[in-house]
Amino acid sequence: MHPAPSVILFTTLSGLGFGLLFYLGLGIPDVSGFVAFVFFFIGYALACGGLVASTFHLANPKNAVKAFSQWRTSWLSREAWLAVSALVVTGLYAACLIFLGLHLPLLGALGALLCIATVFSTSMIYTQLASIPRWNHWSTPLLFLLLALGGGALLAGQATLAGILLLAVGALQAWIWHDGDKRFARAGSTMGTATGLGTIGDVRLFEPPHTGTNYLLDEMVYVVGRKHAVKLRRIALLCMSLLPAAILLLLPVGHLLALVAVILHVGGVMAARWLFFAEAEHVVGLYYGKRGGPAGAQA
Amino acid sequence: MTALPDSTDKKLGLVIDLDTCVGCHACVTACKGWNTQNYGAPLADMDAYGAEPVGSFLNRVHAFEVQPEAGAAQTIHFPKSCLHCDDAPCVTVCPTGASYKRVEDGIVLVNEDACMGCGLCAWACPYGARELDQDAGVMKKCTLCVDRIYNETLPEEDRVPACVRTCPAGARHFGDFADPESNVSKLTAERGGMALMPEQGTQPVNRYLPPRPKDTMEEVDVLAPLLKPVAEEPKGFLGWLDKALEKL
Repeated sequence: MHPAPSVILFTTLSGLGFGLLFYLGLGIPDVSGFVAFVFFFIGYALACGGLVASTFHLANPKNAVKAFSQWRTSWLSREAWLAVSALVVTGLYAACLIFLGLHLPLLGALGALLCIATVFSTSMIYTQLASIPRWNHWSTPLLFLLLALGGGALLAGQATLAGILLLAVGALQAWIWHDGDKRFARAGSTMGTATGLGTIGDVRLFEPPHTGTNYLLDEMVYVVGRKHAVKLRRIALLCMSLLPAAILLLLPVGHLLALVAVILHVGGVMAARWLFFAEAEHVVGLYYGKRGGPAGAQA
Repeated sequence: MTALPDSTDKKLGLVIDLDTCVGCHACVTACKGWNTQNYGAPLADMDAYGAEPVGSFLNRVHAFEVQPEAGAAQTIHFPKSCLHCDDAPCVTVCPTGASYKRVEDGIVLVNEDACMGCGLCAWACPYGARELDQDAGVMKKCTLCVDRIYNETLPEEDRVPACVRTCPAGARHFGDFADPESNVSKLTAERGGMALMPEQGTQPVNRYLPPRPKDTMEEVDVLAPLLKPVAEEPKGFLGWLDKALEKL
């Protein structure tokens, strides 16, 4: 899949922002007044910044408000509702806490629940797609949730918890890469099933339907940069999980070291998210003979 | 609502005969022409006269080569457009309600006035049947020429999709799969019509007729007797000369 910068930015930042707001809603850390304002500001800046970035990939944004209408069937619509309600509920809780000195734990808990549900709905947009076997797996929501909880704990200043969660993220991500490489083959779609001609013999592309590129190839048959995938996986794992976890668990963490851990983590998540898209093989590639190799179909 | 109907009264769709398709791309051209000049946003071409033209099409013809275990490879032309799936994943993912499947005839359509161009339906479709128009910013897909098939201002023989009407090889058939007596149902039953990627669980309506088994001819090499080597070992004077020269 085409790794659109707007979507990478959106899922990374909003995941982190909603992760932080989740902890703040639960009263972790127990802050009030100006300190609380700063914490909530960071959470909102990340969550809203991500949401704004997500609208950049719409080709016809004037109809974006209609995305609230199909919550009964569409995860993208559910995400829109959950994101807005999470921001409103958490905002009310934050306003009471900051400006009135009023601590409403039930409201905060509801906001926290909505924040984490938003991250879940984001992950389900990808998980529901049977056309992309690498995403169509229970581990996708688990990864998104663990990442939000780990990154959120990191921003919320919960060093030990964040360290442990980030190690868990690293382990899960490593397994997902290992298992994900086999999912396309496991899903069973080949050039033979795509064309129905597999019963006759081995199918190969003789001529593509067009000499140039098209929307399908640009969007769903992205192959550029895969050759660096192994290197990028190592870098992502180090920056997203291992290095920040080592800093958080082994060193005496002050503001400066925490900032280093945050920067490493965000960079690592972005690299991992780039791979999440770039390595995702859509079955439509079979019609273009672009799904060869170990994860692909018969020759 | 982008919920799928439990069942549809009719199941309109296409049968595509992979045995007769000659790969002329006339269906592609007819489709682009009709759907650019009629219903909805035109199918735009970007940089049409430049170095890297790209454009939206609702129908494209691939060509595959199949190598059976024995015998010669076969070239098969393979037109591909929306299959109007019963369990269409493109419809349920749509957040704005732009995508829908009609209860009356099963056609999957996009309401362009509601589409925000997020592209998620194109991701959900395993067949690559949806293309985002780069000029209008809305999703385009095969409408089964919904503005032809019910159009009483057209002569009756023209009330079929443009691709079907134009196909010079008779490789495309249009009809109602819900009616077991329809042309498409009979063709599917007679020729073993195939669903594409059944493992995706989309239950496509369109069917593809596999190429008929090829005849095999008995191998008779009429030239073989004439092409036998005339003399392998030289004899007589030439034989003596050959040996003598070799000894030199």
